Amino acid sequence: MFFPTRFTATGLLLAAALVLAVPAAASGWNMTPGVTEISRAIYDLHMLIFWICVGIGVVVFGAMFISIVLHRKSRNATPATFHESTKLEIVWTLIPLAILIGMAVPATSVLVQMYDSGGEDMVVEVRGYQWRWEYKYLDDDLNEQLSFFSNLSTPRDQILGRAEKGEHYLLEVDNPLVIPINRKVRFLLTSNDVIHAWWVPDFALKRDAIPGFINDIWAIVEEPGIYRGQCAELCGIDHGYMPIVVHALPEDEFDAWYAERLELARAQDEQLEEQIAQEWSGEELFARGESVYATHCVACHQAEGQGVPPVFPALAGNGVVAGDLESHMDVVYHGRPGTAMQAFGPVLDPVDMASVMHYQRKAFGHANGEVVKPVDVIRFAEAQ
Amino acid sequence: MSAVIDAHHDDHAHGPAKGITRWLYTTNHKDIGSMYLWFSFLMFLAGGVMALVIRAELFQPGQSFVEPHFFNQMTTMHGLVMVFGAIMPAFVGLANWMLPMMVGAPDMALPRMNNLSFWILPFASALLISTLFMEGGGPDFGWTMYAPLSTTYAPDSVTYVIFAIHLLGASSIMGAINIIATILNMRAPGMTLMKMPMFVWTWLITAYLLIAVMPVLAGAVTMMLFDIHFGTSFFDAAGGGDPVLFQHIFWFFGHPEVYIMILPAFGIVSHVIPAFSRKRLFGYDSMVYATSSIAFLSFIVWAHHMFTVGMPLAGQLFFMYATMLIAVPTGVKVFNWISTMWQGSMTFETPMLFALAFVFLFTIGGFSGVMLSIAPADYQYHDTYFVVAHFHYVLVSGSLFSIFSAVYFWLPKWTGYMYSEALGKVHFWLSFLGVNLAFFPMHFSGLAGMPRRIPDYALQFANFNAWSTVGAFIFGLSQLLFLYVVIQSIRGGQKATAQVWDGAEGLEWTVPSPAPYHTFATPPQVK
Repeated sequence: MFFPTRFTATGLLLAAALVLAVPAAASGWNMTPGVTEISRAIYDLHMLIFWICVGIGVVVFGAMFISIVLHRKSRNATPATFHESTKLEIVWTLIPLAILIGMAVPATSVLVQMYDSGGEDMVVEVRGYQWRWEYKYLDDDLNEQLSFFSNLSTPRDQILGRAEKGEHYLLEVDNPLVIPINRKVRFLLTSNDVIHAWWVPDFALKRDAIPGFINDIWAIVEEPGIYRGQCAELCGIDHGYMPIVVHALPEDEFDAWYAERLELARAQDEQLEEQIAQEWSGEELFARGESVYATHCVACHQAEGQGVPPVFPALAGNGVVAGDLESHMDVVYHGRPGTAMQAFGPVLDPVDMASVMHYQRKAFGHANGEVVKPVDVIRFAEAQ
Repeated sequence: MSAVIDAHHDDHAHGPAKGITRWLYTTNHKDIGSMYLWFSFLMFLAGGVMALVIRAELFQPGQSFVEPHFFNQMTTMHGLVMVFGAIMPAFVGLANWMLPMMVGAPDMALPRMNNLSFWILPFASALLISTLFMEGGGPDFGWTMYAPLSTTYAPDSVTYVIFAIHLLGASSIMGAINIIATILNMRAPGMTLMKMPMFVWTWLITAYLLIAVMPVLAGAVTMMLFDIHFGTSFFDAAGGGDPVLFQHIFWFFGHPEVYIMILPAFGIVSHVIPAFSRKRLFGYDSMVYATSSIAFLSFIVWAHHMFTVGMPLAGQLFFMYATMLIAVPTGVKVFNWISTMWQGSMTFETPMLFALAFVFLFTIGGFSGVMLSIAPADYQYHDTYFVVAHFHYVLVSGSLFSIFSAVYFWLPKWTGYMYSEALGKVHFWLSFLGVNLAFFPMHFSGLAGMPRRIPDYALQFANFNAWSTVGAFIFGLSQLLFLYVVIQSIRGGQKATAQVWDGAEGLEWTVPSPAPYHTFATPPQVK
């Protein structure tokens, strides 16, 4: 018969595809071996189990296809009549059991190793937000030393197909996490809103960031480089748009970067003071606000302020944006508890906050000539 | 007394009522079975269209076809509709049609409840699907409904989704009670438990699973309802609750649930393979024990869906070992099927093709299942397309293929006509091609690092996704051919004999084709 033969052929082809997939590992068909001891151990475990499965598959499917070819009616008109064998049943219960124990032993040892999170050289808190990551470098007493947000930096035009997509489309951020190689970095994961999951395949680290709880994982990265990952737990509308980028630097370069970054943060604080005191023109605020809006607001409220009603309300023609500044600021500063509108008070500095509100009011609120100044934000914050 | 009743019921072989009331009021297991099957096919098409929306958006990188918000509603609804609307009702439909005939009973034990448990379904499903048209859109938090995305951050329509799930659960529980009552009380004289056909056995065990876990799901969604509307904080850490608690409760339901969707499939395949191998099922007893072991294990493995939530080491190890153990009884089943074929006298009609593809592709899904059970490796697989590939291999080329196999196998018994074997084979080969083209590349995109449930992706995943989309459309469109084949067989064709398949065994083949409206008014004797 024609069809069964093709069935066999297709099956063999598929099995072949499965096997051929392995040498292609280097070209992005397979799990990455990664750049940590743990990630390599996991990769080895994955390949070990894969090959065991291939082996079992060859035997099981082999028997099945032999049977399909030889024991068909056209070749074997009289079927055999055997229909049970306790001996066989015991054999094919015990053999798989033994194979599974063989898998469980190395799996257990890797797992035990992964849970050994003590003795770290540094601690980074990773906090998930809808839809960005915040990284906080903590000192030995877990006090915050340096912190920043990490946002998707792929331009919207690329996402909407109006511009050619870059090499790292959707896997690029404005402020990557920077860590040193050869040091044990402990990550404390938590979330500000819903459950996210922080995943960098090259470190074989994936753990949920859960609001109200702290998870910890660790890595000792062995090679300098740029490693990319994504949020792995559905966290709402922009789940696909909160990538993770980690720069692993040699120890001395990291120390230099860290010192420089601390200095920069201090300078930024000073600069911020100046900026707050500075006299801002409407145009300057509008320009700055537009870029803040593109980073923090556009995902929900959309580029033209049209929103995705009624989950994400339109800002254009919205009473809050068109209304008095106090209540507008209240929403932006405190968010709307119980909705996706998060509190931007802890996220944005006064200049960004003022400029984005100015932008919103001017672009969508048809406001008159009023200018929202950073000092207004400060005054508001102090009153809270 | 009996004389009086008999006077009013001298004609026991009356046919169905006329018009719409036949379907509204019917307590006949065959009518209700048909309605279940048609309903599940309709839901299968609805869920399939949603899957095609997803695949169309993912055909190329970039936001091209639907907004991320609608995309999330599609992934959520696709899951809910396929699980609760398509696969589960299809198996209940098959149970309704076949169980009474297989055990030699005149009908289900509780015919009125049977009517109710079906008629809840269309309303519950309409309620569920109507949320897509509500203000704020339908559920967009995944069919797993993880809090707090599904509570604090959910669209308002979540309340209707919760109610729909309550209704669907009530329907399933009623169906399960009915099935257990039928099997335990209405078997023909001589049919001991260990003489029951495998489909009866697997459904008996499935029905117990349903009764055990559907209330757990109802509890979980009720807790969501309270968190949303009545100020409780079951799943809100700010109020002393725990978002992970939801996952524990959900998967305590969810893991037995996946076996609810596969055990009846095991039963079907255990009928089809012996019939077309013309050889008795190998290791009947061990099949029964293996099915029971799988059902037991299904209650103690739930947290393998949650390896990344940060459980203690001991918890990870326990759930890893327990999960790996499932491979043993599952392996026994596969070995038994292959031993059944061994030295048989096989032919390859459409039901057999689907059953063989089931064994082949379900085993591939089983392999990826073993890989996923290895907790450290799962850190890399978890929530990627590797998982999507895994559960579509067991649910589509597993459960769904077994349903196709069952329909082709028993269709002549239902309609009295043979279906078109040539078209059936075309349907099989298109489905086989489509399924593998759609889901095999997902193994690669997942291993390469593509998370699931994302509406857009990085460029290195583009080729895999393009292939998956092509496969999904081939698979989806070929189901219209299935519809045509079934309708053609209802309307006429070559008359089917009572035996239909020369190698088939069981009481259902002793009644004429099509099976009369009432069968086994007098119980047969089973030796």
